[in-house]
Amino acid sequence: MAETILRVKQLSRSFSGIKALDNVQLDLKKGEVHALMGENGAGKSTFMKILIGLLAADSGEIIFEGSHLENSNVSDTLKKGISMIHQEMLVIPELTVAQNIFLGREKEVTRKSGWPSLWLDDSEINRKAAELLKQMGVSIDPEARMKFLSVAQMQMVEIAKAISNNAKVIIMDEPTSAISDREVATLFGIIRELKAREVSIIYISHKMDEIFEISDTITVLRDGKYIATKAASELDNNSLIAMMVGREISQMFPENAGNHGEVVLSVQNLSSKGKFSDIHFQVRSGEILGLAGLMGAGRTEIARAIFGLDPLEKGEIKIRDQNVRIQSPQDAISKGIGYVSEDRKGLGFIPDMSVSDNIILSSLRQHRKGIFIDEKGKELTVNRIINELRIKTSGTDQKAVQLSGGNQQKVVIGKVLLASPEIVILDEPTRGVDVGAKVEIYKLIRNLSEKGIAIIMISSELPEILGMSDRILVLSKGRQTAVLSGKEATQEMIMKYAVA
Amino acid sequence: MIIGTQVSINALLAFGVTFVIITGGIDLSLGSMVAVTGVVAATFAHPDTYPLAVPLLAGLGAGLLFGAFNGFVVTKSKVPPFIVTLGTMTIGRGLALILSKGRPVSNLSDPFNFIGGGNVFGIPFPIIILIIAFLVCSVILNKTILGRYMYAVGGNEPAARASGIGVNRVKMWVYTICGILSALGGILLTSRITTGQPNAGAGFELDAIAAAIIGGTSTSGGTGTMTGTLIGALLIGVISNSLDLLNVTSYYQQVVMGVIIIGAVVLDSAGKKERG
Repeated sequence: MAETILRVKQLSRSFSGIKALDNVQLDLKKGEVHALMGENGAGKSTFMKILIGLLAADSGEIIFEGSHLENSNVSDTLKKGISMIHQEMLVIPELTVAQNIFLGREKEVTRKSGWPSLWLDDSEINRKAAELLKQMGVSIDPEARMKFLSVAQMQMVEIAKAISNNAKVIIMDEPTSAISDREVATLFGIIRELKAREVSIIYISHKMDEIFEISDTITVLRDGKYIATKAASELDNNSLIAMMVGREISQMFPENAGNHGEVVLSVQNLSSKGKFSDIHFQVRSGEILGLAGLMGAGRTEIARAIFGLDPLEKGEIKIRDQNVRIQSPQDAISKGIGYVSEDRKGLGFIPDMSVSDNIILSSLRQHRKGIFIDEKGKELTVNRIINELRIKTSGTDQKAVQLSGGNQQKVVIGKVLLASPEIVILDEPTRGVDVGAKVEIYKLIRNLSEKGIAIIMISSELPEILGMSDRILVLSKGRQTAVLSGKEATQEMIMKYAVA
Repeated sequence: MIIGTQVSINALLAFGVTFVIITGGIDLSLGSMVAVTGVVAATFAHPDTYPLAVPLLAGLGAGLLFGAFNGFVVTKSKVPPFIVTLGTMTIGRGLALILSKGRPVSNLSDPFNFIGGGNVFGIPFPIIILIIAFLVCSVILNKTILGRYMYAVGGNEPAARASGIGVNRVKMWVYTICGILSALGGILLTSRITTGQPNAGAGFELDAIAAAIIGGTSTSGGTGTMTGTLIGALLIGVISNSLDLLNVTSYYQQVVMGVIIIGAVVLDSAGKKERG
């Protein structure tokens, strides 16, 4: 049995009377990958914030390498060897890779090289960063500005930073949420290397297959409470989900009746320089077309072009046999296209506006008396949507930003539906949404298709694509490589065409 | 009742800039618009020339055009509003000097001078204008589709665009409304001092922005209310008046005002943290 490096006992923390963490415990061994699982709101992020010293606990003990961590702040925990790689990449975009890695520690690095402490020795910083990145086996130019890096590369830089800090525990918060499959493989390679060096990893993710692939131990939290810690080998998908949601989910994906009508949307020779070329497909009313492919295959770019967010270089878009020109989202919405973006925070909703104002945003013009807003009519519509989509909110005037990920997603879907679309494009509809809410969103999507809406669903989760789609269009590097029937396709087939 | 007029002018400008700030923009040309529109109005306001409506419409029209120009450049170029209106601030000052040939435009008609100096039922006319403007602006912001779109654009512009909102149209509107309100301020001031002064209004934009910020409008956009801005403007007026009465010199008054602006924002953000 390996030695314990970090032990947490009876940790609790409340926010204005509500317990976010209630007697949570954790036992982290040296050199293990320990997955922390739980639905959104289970308390994972509060827990991690306390570990790295960003928040104080109300009660409980944290014992790191045999000594208590008390009232520590972020720079203390960093020095002691606990680093966190945040999901949203807290980097300075205008600084170089090397400057980011040694941010706040410039003096330590340059003092050793003999420069007076007031002087910044960038060449020394660059040299050390290059050495570090080489050790990790990644090819990133230490002098490149951070803003030119991909998310995966930024992650590598953050890991390099943690290593250079002599981190003994590295917390990774949803590290694979925005990187491609190939990059995930690189990341896992590095995680395994860190393990070999006896670094412990706390790994947070919603992706089941990854959890089982990389982790040794799994701790589950639910509603701020500790549920259990088990070896990954003792669990499978269903038992883990049952622990997370507290009940069995019998069926992830709803039945597909398969009633399709006439062709609603068809695109021909769709091209956009450097993004995708020669895309052609059609979608019937009541049909779900899945768009599969690796990160960067051009799926989101196609959706954005159809919705008028980006210009098209060439190609034809037909809605019910009519050629249409779409130059802005305004055009697209008026022609019956709805788009639920993958970037919920960026394009989905207005954080500081109320749930009701967000839901009504695209259909405000249908709820007016002259130039004024018809408040009564608006509230009726909003309440109908909240009931239909089962949005959990404390009231229609609650700010959208305060909802959970799944409910935010429902608000965005509600907004899109209110504009009465014939075609709905859903881009990663369950990203950052927990398992329970996923099932509800799947049901919702199926309902829409049964009402005759033509649906295009983009997803990086193959089980989701396979479970929901009638047909699957596979893309690779901006070209379409296959159209598969949803019934016959398998994960292997999709992957084969996705890398073709 | 100098105070009443001064507060009224500041509040009118502050209402205008509140719209702009809510959409995530800024307008630094308020003071220059006051000067231009004041000079334009004064040019048509000599006794026994035109009926009263002409100087009023000319002044308001000049403000509308100026504001629309701000909106046009902001939406058609990718230049930040700060820079655009910094430029038009100077342009406006120049225009005011050109139009007036650098000299004050005086000898204005009595009806025109009534606007800034007269009383109706014992209430100074500027105060009446202030109340009407406040009501109209509140209604625009809270009850109309345009108002709701302003919050959406300032709250998250890409999401507003993806929701099918004509973001540029909303911006055109806010800068134009801001121009019209500045013109109202310009006419009030010109009438009050019975002269169209090309150098008038310098620094007014900062007081207006201060009123909006003290009133809780966030400079990052998406939040703010007209009531807050009105309170901000009143507060600035009351404080400078009390300091006058206490014989505090204007040098110290500026220091006090600066402290109040920062203090208001600090309190506001501390309150948000507590609630959040």
